[in-house]
Amino acid sequence: MPAISLKVNQRAVTAEVEPRTLLVEFLREHLSLTGVHVGCDTSQCGACTVFVDGVSVKSCTMLAMEADGAEVTTIEGLAQGGKLHPMQQAFHEHHGLQCGFCTPGMVISSADLLKRNPRPTEGQVREWLEGNICRCTGYHNIVKAVLACAEGSAK
Amino acid sequence: MKEFHFHRASSVADAVAAVKGASAGKFLAGGQSLLPVLKLEMAEPSDLVSISRIKELRGVCVDGNKLLIGAVTTHAEVAASSEVKKHIPGLAALAEHIGDAQVRNRGTIGGSVAHADPAADYPAALVALGATIKTDRRAIAAEDFFTGLFETALEPDELVVAVHFPIPEKSAYAKFASHASKYALCGVMVSKTGSDVRVAVTGAGQKVFRVPEMEKALAARFEPSALDGISISADDLLSDGQASAEYRAHLVTVMAKRAVAAA
Ligand SMILES: Cc1cc2nc3c(=O)[nH]c(=O)nc-3n(C[C@H](O)[C@H](O)[C@H](O)COP(=O)(O)OP(=O)(O)OC[C@H]3O[C@@H](n4cnc5c(N)ncnc54)[C@H](O)[C@@H]3O)c2cc1C
Ligand code: FES
Ligand code: FES
Repeated sequence: MPAISLKVNQRAVTAEVEPRTLLVEFLREHLSLTGVHVGCDTSQCGACTVFVDGVSVKSCTMLAMEADGAEVTTIEGLAQGGKLHPMQQAFHEHHGLQCGFCTPGMVISSADLLKRNPRPTEGQVREWLEGNICRCTGYHNIVKAVLACAEGSAK
Repeated sequence: MKEFHFHRASSVADAVAAVKGASAGKFLAGGQSLLPVLKLEMAEPSDLVSISRIKELRGVCVDGNKLLIGAVTTHAEVAASSEVKKHIPGLAALAEHIGDAQVRNRGTIGGSVAHADPAADYPAALVALGATIKTDRRAIAAEDFFTGLFETALEPDELVVAVHFPIPEKSAYAKFASHASKYALCGVMVSKTGSDVRVAVTGAGQKVFRVPEMEKALAARFEPSALDGISISADDLLSDGQASAEYRAHLVTVMAKRAVAAA
């Protein structure tokens, strides 16, 4: 089996994988990073979203082989030194989740948006999150959380 | 998903040789169309040859009156490119509304044109702008490239290297998107350079097509109202649960007017 070497949540990892292994399978089954969720496995829902080299991707629609040499960050790697990432904190404060299934993907996608556009409008937040589906919240508090996080980080 | 061998190509020659040498080889770019196809086992390649890290295939540059976009340039990179925004803003706007953010971060222009989904956005831009598809062995005019439903003029081992877009005076794209997937139920790109006006439609038919009657009317007067009373026949259009052929025919005129207004 071919081997891949990458950084996951700042930790160096080398592993042998079957070429058909999806990145999400590698993260969940080989590394036990089960915060990365599989909602659909058909590239629609965004629950599996992770950062690969700083951009958000659907890890169910990428081969683990394609992450060879890359830096991957999952929801488990966002908090630093025991302190939640500002986007996690904003979701917590604004009740941006109910069952929490979509939340890891929502948080990563939203963090990617603020990296590119630190002060998005409400419309831009809604449009950006098109690739993340939530069956519980109706999105309002998610959008509130992202806008609040943007205001906080712009201060 | 069935098993396959994986290769990472380091150059165009390497990629083409790897696909040629395999019993059923396929290029892998962003994987945003190919991986869903493999999961459904609608294709069973023996070998996947990844082209996503071939440097010579990535990036945007201007050469005289042409904009050159490398095959593995992602939709997000096209949307954010200052060169694309400056020279063909309609193309940057089109790229910005493909699928969703995560799809745009992986999906590539070369993969989109090679896949030739009837509801993909780029084909409308390539045909309306009179683009040329450069492969490892030849140059193909966009109008000769898209030959049918998920069909192109490419040989099985032929690699798209870049797309060359002549820079128009103005252009714009208007799409009526499927609510679920964001693919085009109907998307219309218009472009104008002097008296040369082109109107290309994606999402409505088996493949991208031009509308000569609209082009003539717009060449005489480039305004939305020039399209009043011009409609296309629903006869050969797609019909599915999302939209009937008649509704798609109606959308063609509406989207064409919106594109002209935005250009
Ligand atoms: C949820 C979702 C929503 C989407 N919405 C839209 C949308 O609104 N509009 C739209 O246009 N598209 C949409 N797409 C498709 C997306 O744009 C894909 O990225 C694109 O169609 C394929 O590009 P890729 O780089 O991912 O190619 P891949 O999936 O890697 O490859 C696709 C095919 O092209 C071949 N190929 C790839 N690169 C080359 C090359 N350089 N030369 C020769 N052959 C090549 C491959 O062998 C394969 O057969 C969507 C996809 C998803 C998952
Ligand atoms: S599990 Fe990847 S998009 Fe739904
Ligand atoms: S909180 Fe339940 S799916 Fe979003």
